[in-house]
Amino acid sequence: MLGRLTWAAIPFNEPLPLLSGAVVVIVILGVLALIAVKGWAPYLWREWITSVDHKRIGGMYVLLGLLMLLRGFADAIMMRTQQAIAVGNAQGYLPPDHYDQIFSAHGVIMIFFVAMPLVIGLMNFVVPLQLGVRDVAFPRLNAVSFWLTASGALLINLSLVIGNFARTTWWNYPPLSELAFSPDVGVDYYLWSIQISGIGTLLTGVNFVTTILKLRAPGMTYFRMPVFCWTALATNMMIVAVFPILTATFGMLLLDRYLGMHFFTNGAGGNPMMYVNLFWAWGHPEVYILILPAFGVYSEVIATFSGKGLFSYRSMVLATLGICILSMMVWLHHFFTMGAGADVNAVFGIMSSIIGVPTGVKVFNWLFTMYRGKVVFTTPVLYTVGFMVTFVIGGLTGVLLAVPPVDFELHNSAFLVAHFHNVIIGGVLYGALAGYNYWFPKAFGFTLDERWGKASFWCWLIGFYLAFTPLYVLGLMGMTRRLQHIADPSWQPLLLVAELGAVVIFAGILCQIVQLYVSIRTREQRRDLTGDPWNGRTLEWATSSPPPAYNFAVLPRVETLDAFWQMKQTGQVSRERTYEAIKMPHNSAIGVVTAFFATITGFALIWHIWWIAILGILAAVVAMLFSGWSDEREREVTATEISEMERAARA
Amino acid sequence: MRRGASALLLIGATALGGCSQGVLDPKGPIASAELLLMLNATAIMLVVVVPVILATLGFAWWYRASNLRANRSQSENYEGRIEFVTWSIPVLVVILLSGVTWIGSHDLDPRAPIEAKAEPLRVDVVALDWKWLFIYPDRRIAAVNELVIPVGTPVKFRLTSATVMNSFFIPQLGSQVYAMGGMTTHLNLLADKAGEYPGFSAMFSGDGFSDMRFIAKAVSPADFEAWVGKARSAGSALDDAAYGELAKPSKAVPPATYSAVAPGLFQHIIERTVTGSEAGDTNAALCSPPRYAGD
Repeated sequence: MLGRLTWAAIPFNEPLPLLSGAVVVIVILGVLALIAVKGWAPYLWREWITSVDHKRIGGMYVLLGLLMLLRGFADAIMMRTQQAIAVGNAQGYLPPDHYDQIFSAHGVIMIFFVAMPLVIGLMNFVVPLQLGVRDVAFPRLNAVSFWLTASGALLINLSLVIGNFARTTWWNYPPLSELAFSPDVGVDYYLWSIQISGIGTLLTGVNFVTTILKLRAPGMTYFRMPVFCWTALATNMMIVAVFPILTATFGMLLLDRYLGMHFFTNGAGGNPMMYVNLFWAWGHPEVYILILPAFGVYSEVIATFSGKGLFSYRSMVLATLGICILSMMVWLHHFFTMGAGADVNAVFGIMSSIIGVPTGVKVFNWLFTMYRGKVVFTTPVLYTVGFMVTFVIGGLTGVLLAVPPVDFELHNSAFLVAHFHNVIIGGVLYGALAGYNYWFPKAFGFTLDERWGKASFWCWLIGFYLAFTPLYVLGLMGMTRRLQHIADPSWQPLLLVAELGAVVIFAGILCQIVQLYVSIRTREQRRDLTGDPWNGRTLEWATSSPPPAYNFAVLPRVETLDAFWQMKQTGQVSRERTYEAIKMPHNSAIGVVTAFFATITGFALIWHIWWIAILGILAAVVAMLFSGWSDEREREVTATEISEMERAARA
Repeated sequence: MRRGASALLLIGATALGGCSQGVLDPKGPIASAELLLMLNATAIMLVVVVPVILATLGFAWWYRASNLRANRSQSENYEGRIEFVTWSIPVLVVILLSGVTWIGSHDLDPRAPIEAKAEPLRVDVVALDWKWLFIYPDRRIAAVNELVIPVGTPVKFRLTSATVMNSFFIPQLGSQVYAMGGMTTHLNLLADKAGEYPGFSAMFSGDGFSDMRFIAKAVSPADFEAWVGKARSAGSALDDAAYGELAKPSKAVPPATYSAVAPGLFQHIIERTVTGSEAGDTNAALCSPPRYAGD
């Protein structure tokens, strides 16, 4: 009746996951109780859960990313603590069975449920505003995307208390991830949660490529789009190109595990290296999917706060598209050590270092944007400058790892771990936090506290260097990654420094929480009444903060790059307007309903409860059809309503 | 500039190497060449990276809003000469690095035999859960979690796995290479100096991964022959039954030797992995109750 789900699935004998699971459950129940007592449920349902507004969906993505950051960080500090104390003969406090789940979950969560939601959330919020349009091309599909991502995140966290998570690293390489070596539900949790959220991500890609190609304000040619929109276009084209590879690869692994097939098994004609190739054919573009929007954020921030247009916009666009294409031609550098010949290795090594050219150009362009500018040191600028310094170091170690014989010595070492944290924290995360600080006033109508924001930045910066410089050194000293205990006691001092770094990063996270709390408390004094708190250059600053549901009462007419800046220069901003009725999409519960059934289906598939899985899929399909057949999709906002709202926003 | 950076790196490297093993303390020609390549590539990049970091901090500081002495211009957002330079610098660096990469990849191809006066020694390496089996096909002996090699003799490794993927790595001797089920990879290493060098798996392979370590002992040729003789005269033979026992998962296995090895064992292991009679057969997916790790 319940497949392989029994009481044995709850880890009653392991206090740690059970305790943390209990805390999470209590917190969730507490939040739900608060919502019930305060009577917020109808508001949340109407304004957020069933909303198809890109700004709300973007906000929920960012919230999901920040919440999952807490989970992923909890894993991180547990790992650092384990490695810091399990030295010599000591075994630490995490047995291999548990430790292996933690580092696997850390990687999966940080990539799929922190970095991706943060980046996609920012794109959701910003892109339609910057393009000067009212929403994305497919608003309801957008809601489905978000809720499917949330569904994947939920499933992964369920593995904390029901069953276990994969102990196969975030790569999930077969044959280790095959049934013969990983017979329990861990790998299935991983695969199904990524399959579900992966569909959401693919739909986001389709949605945004369509939006950027087909929906732009009148007059906004491609070469008048803000750079962030270009990076979003590149990222979403890559999503459309490579996420199907991941889905198909995981699909084949699922066929191996569920139907006894042999795509990636050692025996019977399977080939595990095929998985490795396919995984990285997705995996390498994936890192650029994450970093390009972050590059976009830095470009916007540095131009705005230097009071100057971005230096050499055209080469920035060219570099972005160059990275987009090159990123798909370098996947083999993740496994130079598989024993390919020198020619193959050299070609992929050279291709990898060629990506350094457009990336280097971008760094120079940011540099020359500051040149002869007027740089205001706000929190986003600190993140940008911190990024530029940190990222070139990460770029250096990355190009170093792209030299095959060097990789033969550093592959899978702590040096590699330090390298990709260097580019992901110093690149993607700093970018996401810069964007969060930069666009928060646009989203909520008040600025974030600068003092706590800067404190958070310094903790993230110092914490990063403390945590990962020792790992660079340890990698050179011969420390490989994923060790549950460490044989060489001479490595312990450096591991303790790394642990200290993790603590400093934790302080940074606390500062962020305090920043949000303080800013909400003092929001009346920090209201943004102009809609343009930073003297911005692009169209998102042309509307009020927060923008009305329809974004722009009258679609802006774009005549140049940095359209809003030009409007301010020529005094076109305060012109009185005549309004016309706007058609806005209705709220829709289809996203949350589909995700609800997807979660149930995923859970049932993980535990081999076939009848629930079949019912769940049927229900999701019926819900989709039902929603697809409903005729009433849009409501009209009349000209009078708009003119009242606009007057209220300006008052 | 470049020499200065190199010197700085070497000082840093020796300071670290003094208290460590690892890739900064090479004991063979492959590891030495790879370290040199690493330092050269780093030096080439530092020539650009250091000025960029300084310029970033310098520009950000000088053009801060409160600096009244800074010369400002709002329209300075394109300048052909600057753009030429911003594309040229990374292109030049990458051209230089590409040459280094091409030559390095060919010189240090793990499959390329190492030139030396001594006759090469063949060692077949099998990754098991969770230990290393070393077969000396010419000497008809084998060892577990202990690799003894003569100094100054090129060692030709053939590697495979009877289980999941692993990576065979002795940092002080140089290149690592994957050991994969049903496949054979090749690696050539040489130890210049006698000593004991840590080796391990550099690819996560499951619960016992952290203890999948061994010591590579580089000894004089005479000591090597003595060790071979001792191994031959002591311990049991690695026949089918003994191999079956050894292949079962076990953790933190102490070093041991086998006095004899069935000929063709390495090939036999590969064949068994490929045909699926070894662990790796997943036909049981829907037919048998799942096996839990805790059982």
